[in-house]
Parts: sequence; C-alpha cells; structure tokens
Amino acid sequence: MTTETKLPFDKGFVSSIAKQNSEPAWFEELRLKALEQLNILPMPRPDKTKIDKWNFTQFDQHTVKSESFSSIEGLPENLKALIDVNAANANLYIQRNQTPAFLSLSEDLKAKGVIFTDLLTAVKEHGDLVKKYYMTQAINADEHRLTALHAALVNGGVFLYVPKNVEITEPIQSVFLHDDANANLFNHVLVVAEDNSSVVYVENYISTVEESAGLVNILTEAIANTNARIQYGAVDHLAKGMTTYVNRRGAAGRDARIEWALGLMNEGDTISDNTTNLLGDGSYGDTKTVTVGRGDQTQNFTTKVVHFGRNTQGNILNHGVVKDSATIIFNGIGKIEHGASKSDSEQTSRVLMLSEKARGDANPGLLIDEDDVMAGHAASVGRVDPVQLYYLMSRGVPKVEAERLVIHGFLAPVVNELPIEKVKEQLVEVIERKVR
Amino acid sequence: MAGSTLTIKDLHVAIDGKEILKGVNLEIKGGEIHAIMGPNGTGKSTLSSAIMGHPKYEVTSGSITLDGQNVLEMEVDERARAGLFLAMQYPSEISGVTNADFLRSAINARRGEGNEVSLMKFIRQMDKQMEFLEMDLDMAQRYLNEGFSGGEKKRNEILQLMMLEPKIAILDEIDSGLDIDALKVVSKGVNQMRGEDFGCLIITHYQRLLNYITPDHVHVMMQGRIVTSGGPELAQRLEAEGYEGLKKELGIEDETVEQEA
Repeated sequence: MTTETKLPFDKGFVSSIAKQNSEPAWFEELRLKALEQLNILPMPRPDKTKIDKWNFTQFDQHTVKSESFSSIEGLPENLKALIDVNAANANLYIQRNQTPAFLSLSEDLKAKGVIFTDLLTAVKEHGDLVKKYYMTQAINADEHRLTALHAALVNGGVFLYVPKNVEITEPIQSVFLHDDANANLFNHVLVVAEDNSSVVYVENYISTVEESAGLVNILTEAIANTNARIQYGAVDHLAKGMTTYVNRRGAAGRDARIEWALGLMNEGDTISDNTTNLLGDGSYGDTKTVTVGRGDQTQNFTTKVVHFGRNTQGNILNHGVVKDSATIIFNGIGKIEHGASKSDSEQTSRVLMLSEKARGDANPGLLIDEDDVMAGHAASVGRVDPVQLYYLMSRGVPKVEAERLVIHGFLAPVVNELPIEKVKEQLVEVIERKVR
Repeated sequence: MAGSTLTIKDLHVAIDGKEILKGVNLEIKGGEIHAIMGPNGTGKSTLSSAIMGHPKYEVTSGSITLDGQNVLEMEVDERARAGLFLAMQYPSEISGVTNADFLRSAINARRGEGNEVSLMKFIRQMDKQMEFLEMDLDMAQRYLNEGFSGGEKKRNEILQLMMLEPKIAILDEIDSGLDIDALKVVSKGVNQMRGEDFGCLIITHYQRLLNYITPDHVHVMMQGRIVTSGGPELAQRLEAEGYEGLKKELGIEDETVEQEA
C-alpha cells in the first residue's frame, strides 16, 4: 500500500512563504530541504493508535490575517481571563491565529538580555541564536513526515532566550489564540536557557470557535544548558474537529532541570509526544500531564524520558479522565541508555473511566541498557471507587458533587503544579466543563 | 427543639445473599448515648453500614425511620442531610481533595444553595475544633485521610462529627487501634457533643472506651440480634466475665455471622 499523499503545496509555495516574511536564506533553505524530504519520510507511529486515516496534511489556507490588539485593556474577555491584567510587568506574547497580536516584556528583562519575541521576527533579528538552536538540538526536521511538514510550513510561534546567569522569577506567558475556523497552526516554540539561568514559561492554546477543521502541528523545543532550569506549563484547549500533532521536547545539559506541567484538554483527535532527553550528567526531568477525553475523540499521549547522562533522574506522572465514547492512551517510556549509570527512571500513569463506552489504556515501558540503575513504574485503568463515593456522600455531599470532588482530586497533582494562578483557574474551569 | 429519634424495627440485612442481621430492634433518642457491644463478627458493623446505606448491604426486611421518615428510601447523602452521621471504622482516602475543601462541601450541601457558610467563619470553626481535638492545623490542607495514621483518621472522623453536628451519630469501632491518649481525645470530642439534640450509638468490642464515654444504655449483640440490654453496669459485667458467661446464660452456641472486615 502506498502512503504517498498529494500535498496542497509545492516548492514555489514554500518559497513564497519565506519571501513574504523576508526570511533569511538559511531559514528558507531549511524549509525547502524539509519539503524535499517530506514524501520519503514515514509518518510517526504512536503506540496503540492507528493514524493513517487522520488528516495531518490537507488544508486550504496556510496563513490567515487577523487584527492585533493594541492594549491589554482591549483584549476580549476570554483572553483577559487567562492573564493577570493588573501585573505591571506582564511578560506576555499573544498570537492571534498567525498574527503576532501583542507583546510586552519588562524593561528589566530586556536590560538583562532576555529575548522574547515571535519566531518569525526572531529569525530575522536574532538569526545567529535561532539558527544555533532551532531544530538542531531537541527536534530534527527529518525525524518523520510531521516534523518535516512543520519545518517546511512553520507559520507562527515564539522565541524565548534567557542568557547566562539570568534568573527570571516572574513567569513568561504566551497565549496562542485560535479564533478563525480557517486557521491552521504550524506553531513553533523555542525556549533556550543558557548556563545557570532559570525561567518559568507558561502557554495557552485556546480556540474560541466552536468547531474547526483546522490542522495543528505544534513543535516545542526547551533547551536547558548547564545547570539551567526550565519550568514549562501549558494548557491546550483547541476546538472540536481540529486534528492535533503536538511534540514538546526538552534537552537538558549537565545538572539542568526541565519540569513540564501539561494540561492537555483539546476537544479534537490529538497525538501528543512529550520527550525529555537528559543529556548531561546529573540532569533532571519531570513531566506531569493531565487530560480529559470526551465525545468521540481519540487522544494518544507518549511521555518519554531518555537518560543519557549519569546520575540522571526522570519522573513521569500522567492522569487522565475519559468519558462518553472517547479514548485515551498513555504510553509512558523510561529509557536508560548504556553508560547512564546511577540513573533513576520512575513513572505512573492512571486513567479514570467515567462511562461504559469510554476506553482507556496506560502502557508503561522501561527500556534499560545499563545495569547500575533504578527504575519503577505503575499503571492503572479504573472507575470511580463506589466506596469513596459512599464515604463522601455519607457526609451529605450529593453524588454528582462527590464524583466531581474525586475527579478533581485525581487531576490535582498536575493542576496544582501550574505556575500561573490564572492559568490554573482556567484549567480547573475547563476540566469542570469537560467532566460535567 | 427536642432531639430526633432513630427507630429500627425487626431489621434483617444480607450481604452477598447471606443474612447477617436477623431482626434488630433499637430506638435511639436525642440526649441518649447507646453502646452496642459484642464479639467480633456478630453484625455490629453491619448494623451501622445498613443505617448509613453502604451499597454492599441489602436490607431484606424491617424498617429504619428518623423522626418517622423512612430512612431506607433515602440515598446515602439524603440520610446524612436528614441528620445521620457514621464515623467509619475504615475511612476512605481521597487523593487531591483537601480535608478543608471536603468539609466545606459537606457543610454547604447541608445548608443548601444560597446559604453557604462564609469562608472566614468556616476556617475559624475548623481551627477551633482541630485545636480542641489536639490536631495539627496543617491537616486541614492535607488530602482527605491520605497517609493519615490510624489515630489521625479517627480524630478526623470526630472532627467531621463536630463540624457537621448531626442529630444522630453512629461511631463504628472508633476506639480500635487507638492508644490511650488518642482515645481520651476522641472521647472528649464525643462528650463535647453530648446534649439534648444529640443522640449517639457507639459500636465497640471493648469496654475501655466506655470508661471515657458513659453510655445510658448498653446492648449486647450476638449472631445478628440484640440478645440483652441494660445500663452501664452491663458493660462492666462483660469486662469482668467476658462474653462466654453471657452466652452460657442465654444458651447461645458459637456461630459467626459476619466476616471480619
């Protein structure tokens, strides 16, 4: 069987995107090279989900034009709910479909050399830095067809650069607003923390349209160099009907720490890959994921920590709630490479099923190529415990509320990790709406 | 307002098709403290679970009423809101739900929409009762019973009792696994609740607890029935003679009706 797909774009089209953005030659070349490889590269193969019928490549419009926002006060209410409008030093980027619609970065951070700007501006203004890190250290364009497709068609995203020894205490936030049903997101987030720096970054993907046939192909690269720390929080809530491929990958250098807190609440079919490569000795990776599946959506989450350095520690915690006739699959993978002695790889994945037709699967995987290591895994798929409900109800709490408490409690370990209070509240609200 | 009355008549209860309670009669009024004693596996805990409505227990005949209302027709949460409370022998652990959030939900469920307790008032009340029960105030923010020691769980049950102020409370082996200090604290909590509007049924295997909470009535349960009743002196007699003497006197042959949980 041939997997040849006719793509709705060619070399001339990809070149014209680069020309339109006045991109530097190296970036255009990167796009074109990826395009060439597209058809020879295989699709990714998420474990336990067949995606050959999913549409990741057919779309009408590469870029839609949207108005930008002139001030925080002028933002629509549903965006205001995500951000702290009163914060004087809001470090905030808002992208509306493909349009960079708002940007603010405190003078203090600018003075320290922090760069925070939309990606397509960054390739022009900070070309050397972007060139060094963009799809070179964490994700490569030629991994499979969807990474190549992304590299060829990237149409938005943000670049955050934290120089050596700079420790940023206040969170940096991006909001990717999808409010045009025709928009397709090929979004790229590149976060680089140089030696001894630290940063807290939080992003929201939010659709305000009810339904959309839009494609989503998101790549994130989080690169923490020696002794740097990145705390990365995300809440994805894209509309029903959107097919999403999202790949968030970390690369941790010596003694670096990368911590993910991901609220993956998309309404459409989603393939998520979140891998942390612990490259340097003594590095640390921690991933916490929550999700709620509803309707007839299928979601597949691969969470992986790969230990290359010695004395590395990797933790995975996945909690998912699934209802209606939706499907959630967690693939947890802890991989310890030869030579990564004294490393420790731990993982837990749990699925709570709320209906008869819902499907849940939690597959733990440990791939170990070294003797002197520690590893552990736990996985479970189950229903709300009737004895727990009985206990809560015996204090007067009605059944619906008792279930709500159990479900929120089940998801709390990740929700509580999100570093921006507003984003946490929004995630709680999304969960509330989805499990009701 | 005078207290409530819980009336149990000829109650038969089965679990997995096996009859455990074989006709229990009991009336508990506001202001009274009753104790049910008896050897293990005679149906004491079954009685408490059946009153509260545990899903595994099936009432095959008889009746339970609270001030004339049919308790058996109520859902578990309705029974609680009607004024019943069960301090459980093995409280569930609920991850991710703090003790404080849970208690506030429970109080608000009783008060009804539009009449919720104010947060400040709630916190003050909770702090006060936790201090009374000599509990670490951090326990308000810990997840419900998760990682609590046996003693902490029992204190937490009594904390809920004091916060929810039920009309009739059942304490199911609240003394099991407690050291003497914890036992004193738990007893102090129950004694604090004593009053005209509060009726209580204490289920225990040991007489020890009754040294701290003096019951008005003592009942002995064997083989799924209450075989004899009396005043506090009955408990003391059992402590001195054990259940064997009573069995002989009543002509009861050994037979276990309930599995040890």
